[in-house]
Amino acid sequence: MTDSPLLKVNDLSKFYGTRHGCRNVAFELWPGEVLAIVGESGSGKTTLLNCLSTRLTPTTGSVEYQMRDGSFRDLYHMSEAERRFLMRTDWGFVHQNPADGLRMTVSAGANVGERLMAVGNRHYGNIRATATDWLTRVEIGVDRIDDQPRAFSGGMRQRLQIARNLVTGPRLVFMDEPTGGLDVSVQARLLDLVRGLVSDLGLSAIIVTHDLAVARLLSHRMLVMKDGHVIEQGLTDRVLDDPHEPYTQLLVSSILQV
Amino acid sequence: MATPLVVSEVFKSFTMHLRDGIRLPVVSDASFSVAAGECVVLGGPSGIGKSSILKMLYGNYAVDSGQILVSHRGRFVDIASADPRTVLAVRRDTLGYVSQFLRTVPRVAALDVVAEPLISRGEDPISARQKAGELLEKLNLPKALWQLPPATFSGGEQQRVNIARGFITDHAVLLLDEPTASLDAMNRKVVVAMIEAKKKAGVALLGIFHDEEVREAVADRILDVSEFSPQRRAA
Repeated sequence: MTDSPLLKVNDLSKFYGTRHGCRNVAFELWPGEVLAIVGESGSGKTTLLNCLSTRLTPTTGSVEYQMRDGSFRDLYHMSEAERRFLMRTDWGFVHQNPADGLRMTVSAGANVGERLMAVGNRHYGNIRATATDWLTRVEIGVDRIDDQPRAFSGGMRQRLQIARNLVTGPRLVFMDEPTGGLDVSVQARLLDLVRGLVSDLGLSAIIVTHDLAVARLLSHRMLVMKDGHVIEQGLTDRVLDDPHEPYTQLLVSSILQV
Repeated sequence: MATPLVVSEVFKSFTMHLRDGIRLPVVSDASFSVAAGECVVLGGPSGIGKSSILKMLYGNYAVDSGQILVSHRGRFVDIASADPRTVLAVRRDTLGYVSQFLRTVPRVAALDVVAEPLISRGEDPISARQKAGELLEKLNLPKALWQLPPATFSGGEQQRVNIARGFITDHAVLLLDEPTASLDAMNRKVVVAMIEAKKKAGVALLGIFHDEEVREAVADRILDVSEFSPQRRAA
C-alpha cells in the first residue's frame, strides 16, 4: 500500500445559476480503493462524478491527481491537451448507456483497438491480439470481434465498454450507474466481472449508483449525497449496517429483501 | 502474555431517525481484553448486545465513545477512530470475523470464496486454493460443491464455507459470531478442534456460542455482557 492518495478533492462546488449541483465536497481516493457515491436521483451524484472526471468544470474547488511520476497536478490547471491525454490513457469512464461510450458503427475489435491506437500502438496484429484477449476477459465470444455493438445485447455492450476502458491499463476508472438498465442476471455477471477486474488489476474506481447492493458488493468506502451535499461517509459496511443520518437510514431501510 | 485486543469504556447507542429520533442505548461502558492464545466467550441472553460488540470491534458499527485497540503490525490501532483505509488493512492482516451468515457474491465458487482472504494478501492463487480445499475437506463439505457458488447451499453448508474463509488466514485476532449455530454434531467437533488449534497458535479469539457443549469445550473465560447492558445500569 502506498502512502499517498491518487486523487485529492478539496471544497468542490458546482453551481447551475443560483442552484447548486454539488456543494463543498472534499475527500481523498487511495490507490486500489473503490469508492461508491450513492443517493437518490437529483442528489448531485452525477454532477460530482463529472466534475471529478473533467467532463464538467466545477465552480469552485480543486481536484488534484497524482501523475505516474508521483507529482500532484490540479486537473483544472492543466491544458486541455494534457487532460485529454489523461482521459485516454490513465483513466476510464464507463457510461450508464453503453452507446455514450462506444462507437456503435465500428466493430467490437475496433472499439477496443481505438484506445490502444490513441496511446501509440500501430501494429495491427498486436492490436487485434490484445482486443481478442480483452473480449475473452469480458466474456464476449471471439467470433463477435468483427460485429458492431449495434448487434449486441445491452449486457454485451456494457461489457464491451468496460473492455474498451480497461485495455490501456488505466489507474482510475469512473463508472456512472454501470448496471443501470440491465436485468438482474446480467447485472450479477457484470458485477462479478467488475469486482474481479478491479481486484486483479489493482484499480481505483469511483462508482456512482443508486443501488446499495451494488455499492456493498463493489466498494470499500461510500459517500452518501443529498441535495448536493455529502451527508455521510465511511467504510461501506459501516454506513450500511449502522447508518447515522436520517436520510441514510431511510435509504437503507428502503431496500427490498428477496 | 501478549494482549492483542483491548476494549475500554465503549458506549454505543442507535438513534432511530425514522421513529421520531428515539435513542436506543445498547452497550454501556464495556471494558475487557483478550490475550493471545485465549478464547473468551461473550455470555448473556439474546438481545443483550453480544453481536453489537463484535460488530463494533470489526468496525461494522461505529461507537459513540471509547477505544478498541487492536495490535496491528507491531502497534496498536484504535478501530473506533481509525479511517476506513486503516480498518480495511487491519481486517486484511490482523482481524478476522466469522459471521453467522455468509454474504454470497453471485457466480463466485465456494473454493474461491474461501481462498480470497489469502489471495488478497498476495498469496499465490494456486496454493491459496489448495489450502482452501484442505479446509473444506476437513469440514466435510462435499467436493462436488466446491466449484459452485454458495448461494444455493443449505444453511450448514454455507456456514462451513464461512468458517473455512475465516480460519484460512493466520489473523492474530478472530471474532466468531455463532460459527456452529447450524452445524451437526460431527462438524461442531471439527470446529472445536480448529478453535483449539488457533489457540495453540497464539490467536486471540472472542466469540458468541449459544451451544453449551461447544462453549464448555472452547471457553477459557466467559464474559457476562449483561454487565455492559444499559438497562442494568439504569436499574
